[in-house]
Amino acid sequence: MNNLVILPIIIPIIAGMIMVLFRKNIKLQRFLSVFSTLAISVLTLLLISQIHTKGIQTLHLGGWEAPFGVTLVADMFSSILILVTSIVSLCCLLYAFHSIGKEREANYFYPLFLFLITGVNGSFITGDIFNLFVCFEVMLVSSYVLISLGGTKIQLRESIKYILINIISSFLFLVAIAFLYAMTGTLNFAHLSIRVAEAGQDGLMTTVAILFLIVFSLKAGLFLFYWLPGSYSAPPTVISAIFAALLTKVGIYAIIRVFTLVFYHEPEVTHLFIGILAAVTMLLGAIGAVAFWDIKRILTYNVIVGVGFILAGVASFTTEGMTGSLYYLIHDMIVKALIFLLGGTIIHLTGTSKLREISGLIRLHPGLGWMFFIAALSLSGIPPLSGFIGKIFITEGTFETGYFWLGGIGLITSLMVLYSIMKIFMNGFWGYTDITEEQEKGTTKGLLLPIGILTILTITLGLGAEGIHDYVDIAVEGLMNPNLYIEAVLGGNLGQ
Amino acid sequence: METLMSILVGILFAVGTYLILMKTLLRIILGTSILGHGVNLLIITMGGLKKGGPPLLGIKNLTYADSLPQALLLTAIVINFATTALFLVLSYRAYKVLGTDDTEQLRGIKNE
Repeated sequence: MNNLVILPIIIPIIAGMIMVLFRKNIKLQRFLSVFSTLAISVLTLLLISQIHTKGIQTLHLGGWEAPFGVTLVADMFSSILILVTSIVSLCCLLYAFHSIGKEREANYFYPLFLFLITGVNGSFITGDIFNLFVCFEVMLVSSYVLISLGGTKIQLRESIKYILINIISSFLFLVAIAFLYAMTGTLNFAHLSIRVAEAGQDGLMTTVAILFLIVFSLKAGLFLFYWLPGSYSAPPTVISAIFAALLTKVGIYAIIRVFTLVFYHEPEVTHLFIGILAAVTMLLGAIGAVAFWDIKRILTYNVIVGVGFILAGVASFTTEGMTGSLYYLIHDMIVKALIFLLGGTIIHLTGTSKLREISGLIRLHPGLGWMFFIAALSLSGIPPLSGFIGKIFITEGTFETGYFWLGGIGLITSLMVLYSIMKIFMNGFWGYTDITEEQEKGTTKGLLLPIGILTILTITLGLGAEGIHDYVDIAVEGLMNPNLYIEAVLGGNLGQ
Repeated sequence: METLMSILVGILFAVGTYLILMKTLLRIILGTSILGHGVNLLIITMGGLKKGGPPLLGIKNLTYADSLPQALLLTAIVINFATTALFLVLSYRAYKVLGTDDTEQLRGIKNE
């Protein structure tokens, strides 16, 4: 029992509810949102150090012991993700101060942003599959409003598709939960793990596992990603950045959690299936990224490639592969936010997202140009930046399992990613400078600070990978050995 | 009883899917709503129908009904209600701004 576990959920939701009351007071909203994300970061650091010394921390809400009550479980894996989430959202908030505009600020942008964080943190920390559904919904309903906030034509058009696809996937999630409950009679992750292990994962159970995979794939953009490029390029920069950094990652988290803790008995069926989907996702995403000449489209297709690559490590189901996936997941959250903010800044400056109409920005904005270059290298996994270490572990893991095709496709698509992102760099920053400072549509005033923070983060994460290795190891050990999780949650009630 | 419910759930799913595949936004929303009812009935069926009395200490029953699916159902209904309301408002707004509720014209991609 540790009350610290619930704070990443209740801090943003209480702060958000206070903000709803003070709609006109933008200063208070800005202060409260920064304060709450900072508070979550500090508290999560504290939580991580506790997990490091004392093991997985749990909280049984209302004193109802698991598996009867609602349990919150903070293991190393979810705590690291919450920490990265709050850092990334802090940077996005700093960017929003100078870019989102008075209109959206006065119309509940900050409360919605915090409700979104509530849902994301809740999904990471819950120990109960129905609660996972509820937290998904909290996150999704906030994202529905965020994506349509402002009500421009393109936003309305894309948000309809986004909402429809997510409503249907939520229903499928409920169907899968209903089937799972009928077969196991429980909803607690740890208890589910025991029940599935006892009964054996037969054909019916594997079918339900695949249904879960389809649901989470829809959220994560694994293979079923056709809704993603349109809807992620519709809203303002900062909202698409936070979507790209966090929303798909929640789906990935759910896949990792369910397929390492509950349905891990038939890796030659389920994990191979994940591997095939990951390979197709990487290929299609990379082809999309190479094909388009529009900054927003190239970046959204890069999100898809990232999803495929992280799940390639999961599909290998080895310690190396999982370590790689976790490193790459952390890297991807940071670098996707970074590259979306950078791309958004270019669009903000030039007023267009068409690459052919932009050229020679480096003369006017050297800082922006070099940070874009670093982000581009990091995205495609060039050492010593943060993408490299994850990439090498994932490739090693896939080779170890014998999925040479998967590792090979991962490496080929890395080159395609490098090409697609260098296309933006070379067209946008090189060449003849055809606009003067007066002709620009906006300034970079205040926008470079959050971008700088994220750039420094990706460099330090690459150079200092050794420093977090200890923590990543503990997280991966927890994933590969479900008994640690079960024991922490159920404790004395084991085997009921 | 469970078999009958399962058939009913199947019919609701079929109707919902058919409506979602139509072109008018309003019918799509009605389709999601009907699909939602199908899901709710499925949850309640999966917990087993009418297995015993209420699970209360004061009432001396030998068999108890499982109350968990009902709690899940309640949560699912509330969420379904909220998302349907939001979806309706948003599509009305989209209709006002874009001037159409035909999904064919909402695609946003030219020359395809």
